[in-house]
Amino acid sequence: MCGIAGLIHRGKSSNVGSELQGMLQALKHRGEDSTGYALYGDTDGENFIMRFKVGENVGEGSSSIMEDVSVYDERKKIVDQYLSEMGARVIKEERTLPYSLRYEIKYDAKDLLEFSQKLESIPGVEILSMGKSLEVIKDLGNAKMVCDRYSLDKVVGTHAIGHARMATESGVDIKSAHPFWGYPFSDVSVVHNGQLTNYWNNRRVLENKGMRFMSECDSELIAVYIAQKMREGASLEEGMKESLSGLDGVFTYFVATKDSLGMAKDTMAAKPLVLYESDDLVAMGSEEIAIRSVLPQEIDTYDPFDGEVKVWQI
Amino acid sequence: MANLKTSEKKSKAQSMGMHTEVLTGRTQQKFFNPDEAENFYYFGTYDVDFNKRTDLDVKEMSAPEANKEIDNLMSQGYGTIVIKNPQGKHSLGVGILNKLNLIFEGSLGYFGMGSCDGPTVRINGRVGWSCAENLMAGKVVIEKNAGSCFGAAIRGGDLICKGSVGARTGIDMKGGTIIIGGDAGAFTGFMMQRGRIIILGDVGINLGDSMYDGTIFIGGSIGSYGSDAVDAELTKSDQDWLKRKLKVAEIGENFDVSKMKKIVAGKKLWNYDNLEPTEKKGAI
Repeated sequence: MCGIAGLIHRGKSSNVGSELQGMLQALKHRGEDSTGYALYGDTDGENFIMRFKVGENVGEGSSSIMEDVSVYDERKKIVDQYLSEMGARVIKEERTLPYSLRYEIKYDAKDLLEFSQKLESIPGVEILSMGKSLEVIKDLGNAKMVCDRYSLDKVVGTHAIGHARMATESGVDIKSAHPFWGYPFSDVSVVHNGQLTNYWNNRRVLENKGMRFMSECDSELIAVYIAQKMREGASLEEGMKESLSGLDGVFTYFVATKDSLGMAKDTMAAKPLVLYESDDLVAMGSEEIAIRSVLPQEIDTYDPFDGEVKVWQI
Repeated sequence: MANLKTSEKKSKAQSMGMHTEVLTGRTQQKFFNPDEAENFYYFGTYDVDFNKRTDLDVKEMSAPEANKEIDNLMSQGYGTIVIKNPQGKHSLGVGILNKLNLIFEGSLGYFGMGSCDGPTVRINGRVGWSCAENLMAGKVVIEKNAGSCFGAAIRGGDLICKGSVGARTGIDMKGGTIIIGGDAGAFTGFMMQRGRIIILGDVGINLGDSMYDGTIFIGGSIGSYGSDAVDAELTKSDQDWLKRKLKVAEIGENFDVSKMKKIVAGKKLWNYDNLEPTEKKGAI
């Protein structure tokens, strides 16, 4: 059991960091091994924002192996060197935690695949997100703990998706935490609640097409699957609709891009989702209490049906 | 191991492991002498006055606190309780084994009104998954939409949703009536064993999948039939019953029931018709 939540403001910005924190914290009983945020902030759209990690959180409850902190600095140095070699200029650098970094980068990218492959060839380095408005922040603990740790409550933006995780089929670590970046697409992220039963078959096919997997978490498949469909020319909605037959198992998942938010539900409707939709706001979550954290007044909500795919624009 | 072939009919159920245990509770009163009035009430239930009314604001309460307070109010004789600010909390109103007029001014989360026997409930909002699961008697009316597993395993009573419901409505139901004013999702009536479901709108795929028994009436389109769900003739008495039921449910009063489809179990997967009544009781 995991909890997912998402919201999109249409035609305006809002304090999405704080709103998503409230929604995910309301779902913490569904899992608090890790929590992740994909926030689409207000930016000038000029530079890329890259969130990446050079190590794992090895705190209490983590399934990661303890490392000497000095290796984080060594990995960071190599990242800086590779960025320089690829002609990417770091405009701003933040290091929230020893293993977690945020770079604002000036880079004229045609294909982020090559860029990502080079940086992730450094052992222990993983790009959590790359985009001009997307920032993926994920770590161990519940929504409030992660929000406080990364000061997310002040983030202003148009839309966001998030995930409260109860680890079942892979480790308690950041690499298995959601959201997953839709590598190598700028500004694409995914959260998922459910289990996929044809993970390995799909993974082999996608790896043969050059896609990368950073974890053994089945949910990562959705991000890679949708990214591959988009690479082949499909729209987000087309890719999501194809996933209903391409992915086997039970799932409700959200995908967000720079200007849209989508949801898909498997053909058995085995995983919950409650949805609120108005002209200026769409809010959805695994349980109604998530929506109530941002809309306490009486509202009309509903469960999307089996096999339903919906996409909203900002 | 008991030899089933040579067992007396009376003991056959026990031989098969199906006990004909003594049933208690108001809903099972047909098995009791009606003169034994004390058997009609659960231990710890209260005499309430429906004219004695109060409000209960649960905004700052947890579900167990709210449920305890409902019980406390019933012990003081309140027969009409209005719950304010439920705000999608889970498990509100569960386990009420009492006559009670209960009104929710707002929406409930998961498992609302579960395992109840007797209350009349109106929810002026939406309900989450598994509303009124295991309902034994009473009436629950939802003014808006409902989540999946609506009325799972109910044994009796009327469960009415004026809006649309999610997947697996009436899963494993063993009696009672579920009435939906809008549409219903996939696997409606999945493995239902008894009772009736009425859907005025459309219904999703795998309708009545693996149903043992019971009847489903559909007013709109059907996504697909589930395994062993088959069409049956809509009789005049079916139509009369539907009209009566919809009138009581306060929805679809002018609905043309003559055009409804009737779906029953084909009984190729399961068939309990050849069992003795006592055995059926044990099996169901």
